[in-house]
Amino acid sequence: MAATWQRVAAGETAIGPLVLPRTDNPPCPIAAQVLDFDANAHFTAKQLGALDRIAQFAVVAAREAVADAGFERGDPALTQADVIIGVGVGGMNTVDDSFYRIYAEQARGVHPLTVPKLMANASASQISMDLGLRGNTFAVASACASGTHALGLAFRSILHGDCDVALAGGAEACITHGTLVAWNALRILSRDTCRPFSRNRSGLVLGEGSAILVLEEWERAVARGARIYAEIVGFAGNADAGDLTSPDQHGAEMAMRRAMASAGIAPEDIDYINAHGTGTLMNDAIESRAIRAIFPGERLPLVSSTKGVLGHSLGAAGAFEALVTTLALHHQVVPPTANCTEPDEECGLDVVPEGPRQVAVRHALSNSFAFGGLNAVLAFRRHA
Amino acid sequence: MQSLDIVREIVAGQISRDPSEVTEQTNLEEAGYDSLDVLETIFAIEERFKVRVPFDANDPKLKEMKTVGDIARIVEEAIGQRAPA
Repeated sequence: MAATWQRVAAGETAIGPLVLPRTDNPPCPIAAQVLDFDANAHFTAKQLGALDRIAQFAVVAAREAVADAGFERGDPALTQADVIIGVGVGGMNTVDDSFYRIYAEQARGVHPLTVPKLMANASASQISMDLGLRGNTFAVASACASGTHALGLAFRSILHGDCDVALAGGAEACITHGTLVAWNALRILSRDTCRPFSRNRSGLVLGEGSAILVLEEWERAVARGARIYAEIVGFAGNADAGDLTSPDQHGAEMAMRRAMASAGIAPEDIDYINAHGTGTLMNDAIESRAIRAIFPGERLPLVSSTKGVLGHSLGAAGAFEALVTTLALHHQVVPPTANCTEPDEECGLDVVPEGPRQVAVRHALSNSFAFGGLNAVLAFRRHA
Repeated sequence: MQSLDIVREIVAGQISRDPSEVTEQTNLEEAGYDSLDVLETIFAIEERFKVRVPFDANDPKLKEMKTVGDIARIVEEAIGQRAPA
């Protein structure tokens, strides 16, 4: 977590040359991959037989989150915790490996745990089993908004008194040759880097990884002296019921407005928005219009996209961005929009292109807008 | 068959019309095209002509592609370059 924040705050991109097996000629030469991940440092060979790369990321992130939250051993609120994990694609490496064996190598069979490795709920289930968590546990799928929806549902679960502690976030590990061919067919992948809100932006760059947050009922967290990074105060999700892949200004605007309403806060309370900011021509233009419509003539909040550093990790993206937003409130530092070398005046926003900015941040929003017309927005408050 | 005729056929198929109703001047947006229709059309052209059309949804020049004739010209250029599909 600390290393991720440092990279994001410094605007040091994790996007680099693609490393992929079984292909010499990938349709896109770059991605934000977790290249230094050594699964054997975290799991036994027996455990790895049941874990796709996505669940490996999820379990490691969940272990880190729980360790950081400092629960007492056997805390009943932890053992009854909900586990809600956003997943855009699922066990894609398992699918890819298995199909390669079947179609390319003409193998007769595949690994016996192929099904439980590739299922969408594998990450949530593996976290539950690894940490002994017995609460309401499931996966959430809303493409690029999955991580944000997962955190929003966990927030509501605690708000309704269904649980006192929840582990929520997102995971993704779908960078395969087939995935890149498919994304390339949408003609929105960048070939140089991800430059959100920049006039010379050239598309999105795929990423991977997992971010898991521990959510805890406020009074309980305060009573046990937990380290509180920030407070989640609102959430809203909605659907455009329109275009399959293009974002919708009205839908995005309504999601932000409803998230603020559910938190009981007004636009003037918002100091920072972590944008969806994919770096496509379309998203950044529409998202910035939606933001400007909410703050007409008022002081605009700072807006930045952290996808220039982290890439777009689909189902994990919203969780990474919620984590970044939480840490921005904690450190009172707004992370920059990395690679935004030519801020697009048409977007009309201060996207913090120059580097991290130390400013007072009282409330913040984190936006996610997904294929299928699904929007999700979380609202956060500083814990002073 | 001229490439314009094949493009007319592909565009007509995309919007469930008869190719005779589609001309070089047919405006794609007015004919009901959205961004995904454009993507699918480019893909159909690449498959049919065995060419690679340098088409990028992040390219601001995209807005210049308004009519069936504009698509046909892109195809002619791609055939001229004959980049492998």
